Formats: sequence, structure tokens, C-alpha cells
Amino acid sequence: MDGRGLLPVGVESPGDLVGRLADVGYLADEGLATAAYLGLRLHRPLFCEGEAGVGKTELAKALANVLGAPLIRLQCYEGIEASQALYDWDFPRQLLHLRTAEAAADFDPTAVEAELWSRRFLVARPLLQALETTPSVLLVDEVDRADDEFEAFLLEVLSDFSVTVPELGTLRAEVPPAVVVTSNRTRDVHDALKRRCYYHWLDHPEFDREVAIVRLRVPEASARLCEEVTAAAHALRDADLLKPPGIAETVDWAQALAALGAPGLDPGLAAATLGAVVKYREDVERVRTLDVGALINRAVMGA
Amino acid sequence: MRADPAGEWPAAAAARLIAAGAGAGARAGEDEGVGDPVRVLVGLGRALDSAGLRVGPDRVAEAVRAAATLDPTRRTDLYWAGRLTLCANPDDLPKYDAVFAALTAGDVPRLRPRPQHLVRAVPVALAVPDGGGDDEETEAGAETVLRAAASTVETLRHKDVTTLGAAERAELDRALAALSLPGESRPSRRRRPSPHPGAVDPRRTVRALLRSGGEPVRPRWTRRSVRPRPVVLLVDVSGSMSGYADVLLRFAHAAARRRGARTEVFTLGTRLTRVTREMAGRDPERAMGAVAGAVPDWSGGTRLGALLREFLDRWGQRGAARGAVVVIMSDGWERDDPAVLGAQMRRLALLAHRVVWCNPRAGRPGFAPLAGGLAAALPYVDDFVSGHSLAALEQLARIVAGVEVRGA
Repeated sequence: MDGRGLLPVGVESPGDLVGRLADVGYLADEGLATAAYLGLRLHRPLFCEGEAGVGKTELAKALANVLGAPLIRLQCYEGIEASQALYDWDFPRQLLHLRTAEAAADFDPTAVEAELWSRRFLVARPLLQALETTPSVLLVDEVDRADDEFEAFLLEVLSDFSVTVPELGTLRAEVPPAVVVTSNRTRDVHDALKRRCYYHWLDHPEFDREVAIVRLRVPEASARLCEEVTAAAHALRDADLLKPPGIAETVDWAQALAALGAPGLDPGLAAATLGAVVKYREDVERVRTLDVGALINRAVMGA
Repeated sequence: MRADPAGEWPAAAAARLIAAGAGAGARAGEDEGVGDPVRVLVGLGRALDSAGLRVGPDRVAEAVRAAATLDPTRRTDLYWAGRLTLCANPDDLPKYDAVFAALTAGDVPRLRPRPQHLVRAVPVALAVPDGGGDDEETEAGAETVLRAAASTVETLRHKDVTTLGAAERAELDRALAALSLPGESRPSRRRRPSPHPGAVDPRRTVRALLRSGGEPVRPRWTRRSVRPRPVVLLVDVSGSMSGYADVLLRFAHAAARRRGARTEVFTLGTRLTRVTREMAGRDPERAMGAVAGAVPDWSGGTRLGALLREFLDRWGQRGAARGAVVVIMSDGWERDDPAVLGAQMRRLALLAHRVVWCNPRAGRPGFAPLAGGLAAALPYVDDFVSGHSLAALEQLARIVAGVEVRGA
């Protein structure tokens, strides 16, 4: 190994990576940057777990931007199978090829058969695509939605970054892709898979970082609006809601208010745009009982 | 750094390891670095392993490799190198933080002795005739689901479990271990080959075409396969349930062993504890021992509403309860406001496929659901059963399996 792994030129420490990620609009804290740094350098997948909307998927996109590599995404769902994640044979094309070859004058069954099971008739699904694309960033999104059998299979691919196709042989990645695996923790993912990865738990960011993220994402919003929206979102997280707002919701809310041309957050506007942050009827009712104005004031003062 | 870890701290053994294993080499003030990083990481690994984190030498080697890649003389780099490799769960993080702080700064966290043997023996009581009136329905469903057996069991079947003697208890435990819980099934997204006409299976059809050189053949079919629904068991281990908790947990163990489907088990007391992992072993005695060690609040009070909310926030809403059969095993004695429980039950009912409430006290003669919490919860319960005897638990198994449905 060259010892640098996939690290881009000029990145010598996690701190450098924080800078690069910020350049592409992702504000990582030290822990996350360290995890990503180690993952890139030592060719290990990064296992990100955390609440919905804390930026797990965004991290993969940002890494792809930093590396200048394509992002290959595998969205997991219940019942996902190897043929949807790894590869599949293109039977109709094989058939067509066979019929065409038969029609030709010099039909040689052995040669045609060898052709039928060659790489050109293999349809690469995301995992194989990522192994064959150098460099690339592979995002295995919401792995907790897939069945546990699928985990075992994923483990096999992520352990040695190679795939064995019985008819074709072993396909190995020259340079392993950068891998980000995300989970919303709807169930416990098996230890064996986590062991292959660096495990990072993402929390909601602290106030200043979140304000910075909102300002970066919603440049059209005023500084005051960003701070007030973030303060209100933080207050809502403490307000005992069914679904506390994530960063994505804070950004959506700021965007909605900026689109209305609001210079700051006031109770009337907050009530009108509440649908951007609060997604349950019970939560809406709960928030209506809170004094939004006082909430913002207290949060801004406290921050 | 995280909140005060004292409440989370599990094992006295960890302290000994910190003192002996990682020792003097690892302890150093912050300004002079953190000591020998390898010693720190090895000490961390051993302390965390004894705290139940399953950290083997492979993980420690991984931690050392990560630290060597970073700057191991910096405390934060060492912290992250260890945390990224040795932890695998948000619950691990407070333990990790505590051990790390102890190893690199020198202060040992406050320790609390681990409860040793808390699955209590059920008091041997005089034989009290069971007045339960559920003899009719056990007759009807006796052939299904159950692989319990033996004639001695028959005499046990209808006795309230709190009235059994030691020998009878052993018999009951054996019968419970043999119980199987197949779980209700639901259609899956996945399709299976089928011999009967349905949807055409293009893959297999084209493969068959290919085999016959492209000549048309009979189409191949698929059908939808079925999968068992997930089952979630919430077992009340508070003081008012003390006679029943052990039996209910054994039932949960039998249920958790079923193959091919998710079964999650939680205990409710003064706090919510997930014991699915502890239940994983095959041997019921060992599983009960592990559960006893993991549950910190045997025989405390109950805050059903608050705990149910915690369950829904941390697990249920994200997926554990979605489409699942959720079984709450509790007598419904609620210390807090029953309205909270009612609101959370409503949430649960919206998420779950079916909510079953199993109340061992419902088997007592003259029972009426008057406990405040229970009254608030009942409108959202699909099935209400007793769980006081083997026969009642067998009936519960049939209800979970969807074989028998009994209105609340």
C-alpha cells in the first residue's frame, strides 16, 4: 500500500480534511473528520449512525466532491437481494446474441457459449460498479432496512473488496472505493459488519456549528434569520416532540422563511411555516401551546 | 464528553483492570501527553471488554493501527482512534468516555457493585386451587403451535405460577423452554418460484429459453413469499410483578429464539432496558442470568407511560414497532399520570400491526381492569389476555401467532 490511501493531495491530518469538506459545503466536527480521514487512509468503511437528518448521507456526497469521484449509491430496503446490489446477468441480451450467432454462417457453439458468459453480458449493480470505478465513493444508505442476511453478504464484499462470479471468476477492486454505510438504528446491525468499519455516532451539532451550516446552505437568508431559526429549532428539540427537527428541517425552515422575505423569525411567520420543521399533527398541537416568541428570545439570549 | 457516567458504570472488574492492566504507564497528566498509547488502548480494550462491550484483540489492534495513523501523543486523537474502533453502539459511548477519562487523566469513576443474583426464587406457597375460568378455550386450540407436552404438565397448566412449588416450577420452566412462537406472517416484497400460474418469472423463463436454444418454452411463475412479522415483547419487572416476571421472561426467551424473524425484548421498571442480546443464547438458565445482570431495576416502581414513550422514541417509531406484534406484559399499575400512558398507547397502536396486553392478574377471580394505567391503555389494545399460568401463556403464544384472536 502507498500509505496514503485515498487521501487527496495536501490532506495530511483530520484538520486538513475539515477544511476540504468545508470548501464543498459540509461542516464536519473533529470526530467525524477523524473518522473520514482514517477511513480514506486505511481503506476502511465508515459506519455512520444517528438520528434522521444529522447529515449522514450528506457526508458521502461531500466526500465524493472532495475526492472528485463519482458517488455510487445503494439504497437498502427490505428484501434487497444480491442481484439488485451486486450484479445480474443480462438474459435477454444473451438470448439475442445467441440467436444472432446461430443465424451466421460460421456458427461455433463453443465459442458462442464462452462469449455468452463474458463481462459484456454482466449488468453491474452499485456494489460491483463501485469496485470497478476508481476512485469512487460508495454510499450504502440505511443498511438497517435490509434483512440481516444481506448484511452478511455486504460484509463479504466490504472485507476484501472483491466479488466472485461463478461463471467469470473473481473481480477485484484495484483501489478499494471509499465506503460510507449509514443506519438510522431501526434495528441493531450485526457486530461483525460494524467491526469491519469505523463506527461513528452523529449527534445534533451544537448551536454555532448549526448556524454556520444554515448560513452556508441558505445564503439568501439574513444572519439574524439564521440564528433565530436555529435557536428555535434547538428549543423545539428540547420541547418533547415525537419527531424533533434535524438539521435538514432547520435548513428547510430557513429556506421557507427566506423565500417569504422574512428578516427574522416572528410568531406569525413561525406558525405559518411550521410545516417545514414539525411533521406530526400531535407535534403541531404541542408547538401551538408553546409561546414561540418567548422560545426564540430565550434561545437567542441563552446561546 | 458525555454526561456523568456513574449511573451507567457496570463492572467492578473494570476498575481492577484499570489499576492492574493499564497501570502506571498509562496514567499521566494532560499536559505531558497521555503516556504510552499502546498501553492506554490495550487497557481501554480490556476495561471495555469486561464492561460488556465485546472488545477482542482484533479490535484493539485496529485501534492501535488507527492511533498510529493519527498523532498518538494528542489526547483527542487517541480518544477518537479508540472510540471509532472499540465502540459499536450509542450505548457504548458513555462507558467508553468514562474509561478513557479514567485511563488518561487518572481519576477512576465511581463504581457501583453489579447486582449478582436478582432473578429471585419464587416463594413456595401452599397449593391454592386456581379459580381461573378459561378452561374452555384451551381445549379448542390445544393442537396448535404448542410443542409443550407430558402429562405432569397438564396438572400444572392452569395453576397460577405464583402458587407453584419448586419441583413444579422446574417442570414449568421445561415446558416454557419447549414453547415455540412462530409469529404472524405477512406478505413479503420478495417473490419465490412457484409451480402455479401467477406472475411470470422473466429470469427463469429466459433461462429456460436459453437452455432450449431460444425455442419458446412454458413460462415459469413466481408467487409472493411470506415472512413472519416482527414481535416486540415489553416485560414489566417492577415490584408489583415480582411473582410473574421470571416466568414471563422465560416465555420471552422461548419467543426470542424463533428463527427467521426479529424478536425484540425490553424490560420495563424504573427504566427501559433492552435485553434482546442477553436473550440470544439457547440455554434458558444462562439467558436468565445474563438478563439479571443487565437489568438494573428489578422490583422498582413502574413509570409505564414514560418508559413506553422512551421505547417509541428510541426504537418503536424508527422501525422496531412498525408492522410488528407488540406484547406488553404488565399489570398496568402506573405511578405517574395515566393520561401519559394513554397518549403513548395511542402512538403505539398507530405504529404496530397489533397490540397485545398480557396481564397476569387478569387470571384472578373477580378481576376488573381498574388499575389506572390499564384503564387508560385498554382502548388501544387489540387483544387482552391473562398470563398467569402455562395455559394462559400458551394462549398468548397462539394470539401472537395470529392463530387465535380474542377481543379486548
